[in-house]
Amino acid sequence: MKRFLRHLRYVMSENPVTLAAFSLFLLIVIMALLGPAIAPYDPLATDAAKTLKPPGWQHPFGTDHLGRDVFSRVIVATRLDLGIALSAVFLSFFAGSALGCSAGFWGGWTDRIVGRISDTIMAFPLFVLAMGIVAALGNSVENIIYATALINLPFYARVSRAETYVRRNAGYVNAARLCGATDARILVTQLFPNILPPMMVQISLNMGWAILNAAGLSFIGLGVRPPDAEWGIMVAEGATYIVSGEWWLAMFPGAALMAAVFCFNLLGDGLRDLVDPQRRT
Amino acid sequence: MRTKLAQIGRRLLQALPSVIGIIVISFLLTRALPGDPAVYFAGAMADKESIEQVRKALGLDRSWVEQFFIYAGNLAKGDMGMSHNTGRPVAEELLTRLPASLELTLTGLGLAILIAVPLGMLAATRPGSWIDHLCRLLVTAGVSLPTFFTGLFLIYIFYYLLGWAPSPLGRLDILYMPPPHATGFYAIDSLLAGDMETFAATLRQLVLPAVTLCLFALAPIARMTRGAMLGALASDYVRTARANGLTRSKILFTYAFRNAALPVLTTLGMVFSFLLGANVLVEKVFSWPGIGSFAIEALVASDYAAVQGFVLSMALLFVAVNLIIDLVLTLIDPRVGLED
Repeated sequence: MKRFLRHLRYVMSENPVTLAAFSLFLLIVIMALLGPAIAPYDPLATDAAKTLKPPGWQHPFGTDHLGRDVFSRVIVATRLDLGIALSAVFLSFFAGSALGCSAGFWGGWTDRIVGRISDTIMAFPLFVLAMGIVAALGNSVENIIYATALINLPFYARVSRAETYVRRNAGYVNAARLCGATDARILVTQLFPNILPPMMVQISLNMGWAILNAAGLSFIGLGVRPPDAEWGIMVAEGATYIVSGEWWLAMFPGAALMAAVFCFNLLGDGLRDLVDPQRRT
Repeated sequence: MRTKLAQIGRRLLQALPSVIGIIVISFLLTRALPGDPAVYFAGAMADKESIEQVRKALGLDRSWVEQFFIYAGNLAKGDMGMSHNTGRPVAEELLTRLPASLELTLTGLGLAILIAVPLGMLAATRPGSWIDHLCRLLVTAGVSLPTFFTGLFLIYIFYYLLGWAPSPLGRLDILYMPPPHATGFYAIDSLLAGDMETFAATLRQLVLPAVTLCLFALAPIARMTRGAMLGALASDYVRTARANGLTRSKILFTYAFRNAALPVLTTLGMVFSFLLGANVLVEKVFSWPGIGSFAIEALVASDYAAVQGFVLSMALLFVAVNLIIDLVLTLIDPRVGLED
């Protein structure tokens, strides 16, 4: 543990970008946890007297067409955006690693079926498939999560399959087998913990993409319904005002979205340095 | 030559499982409708009898296996059902809108290749230089950009602030008539008709959305080119070529780039798939009358047949593009297929 912390400090000081990404990550987490408490205004409170006010001291990000404070809405939206992406990523992480591990461990038919499933999903343009899934299951936030989870599944299945495959005859696996452990027990207690580090990198690289996907779906009017604050739908609502010069409606939520995705992508690269020094970018 | 033909045939056969998988999934998606599809397709005013009629007509009273073969048979005839929203067959709607989307996607992809490949090559030949850093920055920033946000940003700068771009509404300003239909690509059609004014107007409308897509596609292509070029430049054959005193350009283009082009070509398939998704968002931002806008309208109106037709045709398009890329790879790379 101590060695890990030292290595962490080394990676952080070596790469200031990772440090910046890590600080941004903390800020995002705080915004997600405390959102409504730290927002200066009620994100849903409309004020007909103060519509479309440009950014100023009172409203740092301005107000929207209904007089709502854009700054508060951007902060409060963090929880929903992060919540959708996190649930989707964890769903596909668990389902994907269960499928991938069994495929890599048992091989044969299991491997062929899992491979066929992920190939079929990958045969679709993924965002388009997500649109189709949401259309079929119904337009709701849960279905956005399921759709995002499903389109990410192949990535986790592939990584966990490859990582399990190279370890399935490792010394500790054979030792566990000699001790009379069942296959399922070996998978869960021996192999799964060992493939966690590369999977973690995959998760953080995937988070940014999941956020982008969910925001894209709500941008085209799926999932989140107005008046809920969410970055994608806020950009969509602000889009009509861009051509008349009221840029702050769409730009601030868009910038928040971009910063969050950028942060997770950088963290993914940093994590990769931490986990696997050989594959430094 | 014989072996090449055999390879091509084998590759065509390999695409079959994907196509079957795609049809199965899109069949499942049409059956996963919440509620009873017959009630939905019969419309709001239907009584019990007409619902039963619709059920029979759609074959919903038969087993799933039978229904699947009816579905696949209809697809083979090019029948994707009727769009509730527009009252016309889905296949026809998609076909008339496809050129608009393809014109946009292909222009964006072409621009991205033209910028990303030289950039990646330059970055790989000068590691650690400013161009290498620029390339890295572009790659990391590029994958973080939400396409719809980039599009709006460009509109704000180039339409509202600078006034250089025309209003972001569709493929052609309302002042112009669309060129006579030949390919459906306005830029090509207007050139064929010799109408330079319409051609210029088409390009003006096309620039911003195409640049938006280009920025999106730039990152993965530049990253792959840089990586592949670095690998090729570090290889034994480049060392040998250098030792033999070949010119720098000969080494770079004939030896390194031709080898590095193969993984880049493979990446293009993946990039195209992402572009098909990004295209939907860009079309919404720029009110582009392509299949993406059609799909969004259908989604909003719960027009399921249209949405599933859209998903299915995009997937088939993607399979076709991958197939073409693989065929090109087989033709230009003598090593492909030698192992088996």
